[in-house]
Amino acid sequence: MEKMLKLMITSIQIGNALRNFFIDVGELSFFAGRFFKEVFTKPFEFKELLRQCYNMANKSLLLVGVTGFILGLVFSLQSRPTLMEFGAEGWMPSMVSISIVREIGPVIIALICAGKISSGIGAELGSMRVTEQIDAMEVSGTNPFKYLVVTRIMAATLMIPLLIIFGDAIALFGSSLIEFLKGDVSFQLYFNKVFNAIEFSDILPATVKSFFFGFAIGLVGSFKGYNCTKGTVGVGEASNSAVVYTSMLLFIIDFIAVFVTDIFFEL
Amino acid sequence: MDKKNNIEPILRIKDLKKSFGDNHVLNGFTLELFEGENLVLMGKSGSGKSVMIKCLVGLMLPDEGSLEIMGKDISKLEQKEFNELRTQLGFLFQGSALYDSMTVRENLEFPMRQQNKTEEESLKLVLDALESVGLKDAIDLMPDELSGGMKRRIALARAIILRPKIIIYDEPTTGLDPITAKEIIQLMRNIQQNYKTSSLIITHDVDCARVISNRMILLIDGINYAEGTFEELSTNKDEKIQAFFK
Repeated sequence: MEKMLKLMITSIQIGNALRNFFIDVGELSFFAGRFFKEVFTKPFEFKELLRQCYNMANKSLLLVGVTGFILGLVFSLQSRPTLMEFGAEGWMPSMVSISIVREIGPVIIALICAGKISSGIGAELGSMRVTEQIDAMEVSGTNPFKYLVVTRIMAATLMIPLLIIFGDAIALFGSSLIEFLKGDVSFQLYFNKVFNAIEFSDILPATVKSFFFGFAIGLVGSFKGYNCTKGTVGVGEASNSAVVYTSMLLFIIDFIAVFVTDIFFEL
Repeated sequence: MDKKNNIEPILRIKDLKKSFGDNHVLNGFTLELFEGENLVLMGKSGSGKSVMIKCLVGLMLPDEGSLEIMGKDISKLEQKEFNELRTQLGFLFQGSALYDSMTVRENLEFPMRQQNKTEEESLKLVLDALESVGLKDAIDLMPDELSGGMKRRIALARAIILRPKIIIYDEPTTGLDPITAKEIIQLMRNIQQNYKTSSLIITHDVDCARVISNRMILLIDGINYAEGTFEELSTNKDEKIQAFFK
């Protein structure tokens, strides 16, 4: 009887969690719909968009650079012994570059940006909501959604691909450094091999999906912050759930992107 | 200012009702604000004062009732028309609600974004507003460099920057020390005299109500329970009314 009761309580809890999840998904879809409605209507907030682009890219550059560099180093160090066993260390630049450009670079850097940018947007808009700053904007006759949300989503959509390209380049540099130090491969030879290995079908899908990653990062952060409630506790929750939801969404987008790429380019 | 003279009110709230589930916050609240008047609205915490204000400025939709600002029913206005009408309303938020990421100047310029003003015109208005609140030197400071009283003054300057006809004050003296609170009340009086505004003041502060009000409304159980001048209400024998003046 007690087991039965516990099972029922657990089922109800799972049911409630699922219900809340689907409500969130529905509200997020409406939020995205409102973004697409507002993004094409005047007035356009170019100045704020530029400010957001600058802030997002500038403040994330070091983090992305360091992450990319370590990613390249570690990836090369880990792969090198295995390739050496088969006498295939000459494949190193091709393997590393394809892996980084196609998959590891965009996903890792997008996840890093989810932690930095999405949570930042969630916390900033959340605190603006609970301190009535968003209400103050609305009362002054300004559309806060356009000024705060549209600009942040646009900035993330435009800047994340650039950060990913930057991170990929630094990761390849990190990898080339290991090859130079451990394998006596010159930087010129390494990058010659890299550019010979990478094809259009590697770069295009990765770039396209990075725009979607950026959109997801901006959208979820803005959604969580803009709809923040429950005071300062709510700001923390908004920031935290922005990272969790964005990370999940990034993997879903990545799966869809790989699936679609496979149809068009036969991986 | 006198209701008996059949002057049209500049702001009218009629039979306003708003519920949250089973909690009926406003049960047919009615209010009229006349030109040049300082109307004080008092009510206990949770009595629906903030809900009423939010309905009035379009941050919340009422369940029933009508809201008219300068003769226009706000429920019948397009968003663009309503935004234009909002420029005639100044709003002082309880927590000041200054934009953290902007300087004082940018905070004051923000409401003028849709006004197509030149930089010189904007700067002049900013300096005038800052002078009105005695904080001209704070123009380049960030909100986190200001004290609570200074923030309230800057918020007041932002509320008057577009020369509104009506100013709504939400708890203007809450959280301030008595001396700063008196300064804010004096500023409100100066602004009313200099800018010829009508004011709707939501407050718990009896001193503030005594100094500034021409007329008062007590909001109890979601309706306007009592109405009159400060003297009339403060000498009323009704227990519920007296509770506000103890």
